Amino acid sequence: MMRYRKGDDLRIASLIHRFSGVVLAVFLPVHFYVLGLALSDAAQLDGFLKWTDLAIVKIAEAGLVLLLALHMFGGLRLLAIEFLPWSPRQKTFAAAAIAISFFVSASFFLSAV
Amino acid sequence: MENINRKLKVRVWRGTQGDGTFSTYEVPAQESQTILDVVTWIQQYAEPTLAYRFACRVGMCGSCAMNVNGIPRWTCRTHVQKVLEDGELEIAPLRNLPVVKDLVTDMSEFFDKWVGAEGRFHPSATRDDEIAAISPADPKRANANAAIECINCAVCYSACDTIAQNPAYFGPAALNRAWTLQNDERDTAFKSRLETISGRGGCTNCHSHQSCMTYCPNELNPTESIAGLKRMTTRSFLFGGR
Repeated sequence: MMRYRKGDDLRIASLIHRFSGVVLAVFLPVHFYVLGLALSDAAQLDGFLKWTDLAIVKIAEAGLVLLLALHMFGGLRLLAIEFLPWSPRQKTFAAAAIAISFFVSASFFLSAV
Repeated sequence: MENINRKLKVRVWRGTQGDGTFSTYEVPAQESQTILDVVTWIQQYAEPTLAYRFACRVGMCGSCAMNVNGIPRWTCRTHVQKVLEDGELEIAPLRNLPVVKDLVTDMSEFFDKWVGAEGRFHPSATRDDEIAAISPADPKRANANAAIECINCAVCYSACDTIAQNPAYFGPAALNRAWTLQNDERDTAFKSRLETISGRGGCTNCHSHQSCMTYCPNELNPTESIAGLKRMTTRSFLFGGR
């Protein structure tokens, strides 16, 4: 088999953006369903909120916050590429988007526990 | 000739797209040797039926691009010493193009897309008219100048992950060419070209992996050109006109 270059940093940044977007798209209907319980079935919502006290759920929530932050800062990076004058520091921006996302997610986790 | 007795181990793709394999050759190492020198040595002394393509040998014609150790390069100006991995080379045809034989790809689709993205110049004057006066300091001319030195070697086309996933995509070279024409005051096809390059296979397919920019041997930045086309597309969608 012929081998070809793989694993460029900005390709990985693009894949992270795509992956986080798909997972968030799957998550959002569940999120809205749970929010909808506030109107339709308050008791069931309370039951669910107690379940969110579990450590494993808090970790999962931090993961969701991470995905949300990755998608948002990754999206801002793309908007900067496409709508602002060109900057040569593309890999720095991608690394910054990922670093800020982890900072946001870790901050969320620390405040939740 | 410091490396006169040293041999390079070179794996070269023999065959067509789906039906082929790598053959290994031992090639004498020489000072300032290029990848094209290596391929030529193999054809001259070891494998007369090896098919490859080149013309100018000085980085102007864009015909000798190949994949070297997995990276698309212009072979006539790529020094062996700079790309050697553990004394070995792997030379394969460009990705994203059909292989005719060995290291020769069929470039038809590359040039068809170049034309498909309205890469042709549509003049606004005839040879009998006065030459248009365009200042080199004009921002649009500066945009065109920054992207104009493309030699159509298809290195960017081979490097592009988007084409690998979406064969309808015009690719970096064709869109880079369209960008130069969209910034050319003398061209008359701005609107029809914008329709084309914002449609199917157009600039909005680009995921900005920036491999085209990373590997362009002439150090052009097709990603920046494509980003410019995206801005033009958005401006046209929101406000219409030029």
